[in-house]
Amino acid sequence: MWKSRREEEKPATSPTPQPPAPVVPAPTSYQPRTVEKPRVDTYRADVAHIGKSVIIKGELSGSEDLYLDGEVEGNIDLRNHNLVIGPNGRVRANVHAKDVVIHGKVDGNVTGVEKVELKKSALLNGDISTQRIVIEDGAFFKGSIDIRKAETKQEAGRVSVQAASASPSSGVTVSGASATVERK
Amino acid sequence: MSFFRNLFGGSTHQSSAPGENTVRIPRRSTGFNQFTKAILRPDGQKILDLGSTSSSNINFITGLGHKAYNEDVLMEGNASRLVIPGPKEDTTTIDVERFLAEDMQYDSETFDAVLMWDVCDYLPEPLVKPVVERIHRITKPSGALLAFFHTRDAGPEAPYYRYHIKTDETLELQQGPHFQLQRVFQNRHVENLFHEYNSIKFFLGKENIREVLLVR
Repeated sequence: MWKSRREEEKPATSPTPQPPAPVVPAPTSYQPRTVEKPRVDTYRADVAHIGKSVIIKGELSGSEDLYLDGEVEGNIDLRNHNLVIGPNGRVRANVHAKDVVIHGKVDGNVTGVEKVELKKSALLNGDISTQRIVIEDGAFFKGSIDIRKAETKQEAGRVSVQAASASPSSGVTVSGASATVERK
Repeated sequence: MSFFRNLFGGSTHQSSAPGENTVRIPRRSTGFNQFTKAILRPDGQKILDLGSTSSSNINFITGLGHKAYNEDVLMEGNASRLVIPGPKEDTTTIDVERFLAEDMQYDSETFDAVLMWDVCDYLPEPLVKPVVERIHRITKPSGALLAFFHTRDAGPEAPYYRYHIKTDETLELQQGPHFQLQRVFQNRHVENLFHEYNSIKFFLGKENIREVLLVR
């Protein structure tokens, strides 16, 4: 009996752990969220985004990841970076990137240095060359698939340097081409 | 209950695409087993799959060290752009010339083997013979061709299945997009259709399917 009462009293009579609480007021529980936010922002900043109203004719190259939901006619070369072709993406070009994820339509050959992924809404007319391939049920594919072994790292490094020097300020460049933005 | 509905072609609300069903039914296939033995060696062969796009098939073929080609002939052959007015009023037909100009465009004797599955049974009539002739042209001498044919017992409502390769002797059938069974070939018809091939072997499969392995 005595023991249990003492134990009950202890927490009530001991307001000792107060130092940090008043200093940082109520939003202590939200601290982790405020720390996470910049991470999301930096991630978004690393991925260039081409919206569905953008039409590019020519060569598209870059040294950052790209989400493409518009139309491209010509060539896409991201080498060591990832490319996602969104559900509205319409590409008539040969594509070269590290990982290529296709939701939309592609007419052209696709080289994914590490992986090519065809989502269920994907329509691909062209040949695939990659190390790994993932095809969801419902994806349409017409062409050949060449599964290649890993490339030497030296070659990949050389390519990335070229890509970076071609676009000093911005990650993605459009060269020798006309880029138009249209309202649809 | 829903399992049986899906299995026997009723509701397709689990589908990944309209008319498709996610349930896969395993089936042992002697014809495919023989086909696999024919393509085992050497590495680097070119294998053409004329069925629906299947990652299992691509993995299996590339896993053997070969190069996989895919062309969904049924999807292409039933495309609305190929439909043209027929010779009689109020009739339509298929633009065969356009189909052959746009599809299955490969050099002669390109492929070491072709997986045709049961495409012949579902192809529009005008395309059957031209497609078979084209396959013959693009297959190498001694190249293998695997084709499936329904028996008369299958009935006109036999659902179209996509074939996924599971092992060298097991296929998985997944009810695919809706295509109407167009005809049932007798053995004699099959022999006539593929008369340019050097050898033809019939295997009695399960579920009213005959499996045919041909060598060019």
